[in-house]
Amino acid sequence: MNNEALKFDSVNLVNSLSIQVEDLKKQLDNLKDQLSEIIAQKNKVAIVVFSGDLDRVIASMIIATGAASFGKEVSVFFTFWGINAIRTKRKLKNKKWHQVMFSLLNPKSYSALPVSKMNFFGIGAKMLKMMMKEKNVNTLEDLIKIAKDLGVKFIACEMSKDVLGIEDEELLEGVESGGVAYFLSHSLNSAMTIFI
Amino acid sequence: MNYDVLLDVRGLSCPMPLVKTKQELTKVQSGTIIKVIATDKGSMKDFKGWADIDKSVELLQQSVEKDENGKEIYVHYVKKR
Repeated sequence: MNNEALKFDSVNLVNSLSIQVEDLKKQLDNLKDQLSEIIAQKNKVAIVVFSGDLDRVIASMIIATGAASFGKEVSVFFTFWGINAIRTKRKLKNKKWHQVMFSLLNPKSYSALPVSKMNFFGIGAKMLKMMMKEKNVNTLEDLIKIAKDLGVKFIACEMSKDVLGIEDEELLEGVESGGVAYFLSHSLNSAMTIFI
Repeated sequence: MNYDVLLDVRGLSCPMPLVKTKQELTKVQSGTIIKVIATDKGSMKDFKGWADIDKSVELLQQSVEKDENGKEIYVHYVKKR
């Protein structure tokens, strides 16, 4: 092989190598992006609160505050009866008659939620609260406040609000509203989703 | 064991020992050691699980001790990474 051919060969080799290196760099960047996405996902928790029962809502808030303490970004979606869990007052003005009826039949605030079993017109809920106080378990009111302090995001389902005729001023301060797509965008980017 | 901050969460139950400790951790600099005293029996496993997942905290030591009235207390030493 003469010198010319050798030189040509090595130039070729360098060229093809640099193309391969570029290719590998691109693949590496891709992997890095995917990895950071996975890490971000692992850091999120989504919770759906469908129930408006005191016991279930307390469970959801304990999980939410626990996960927030783990350093997770937590979003809690309140839908249907769950809306009652973030309701602070009852307003009857500007409601249609059936919305007024519905409003009157539902607890006026989260302090008046029933329990899922043995409620007996509210006696069960009162007893559970007493028993929890005895054991120094935080009240729902405390848990909600702690969750907010820890940066847990509260989102009310727009459709449920609309159907039940509930306005923003009846809900806890700082609660966002969103639809199913908003929930899914959180849930699909979370390590876990819990439905309560 | 030496510590920088003492956190007394006696009387509080799940999830408060964890929540209070986390809140304290966000206030201090990394390397700070917090001694947590709890009466919640579940806190033993809670703190272990927490340190497994949350990389901002290191669980240095845990023990079950007796307070002056002979009641069991659960002591945790955590360090902010």
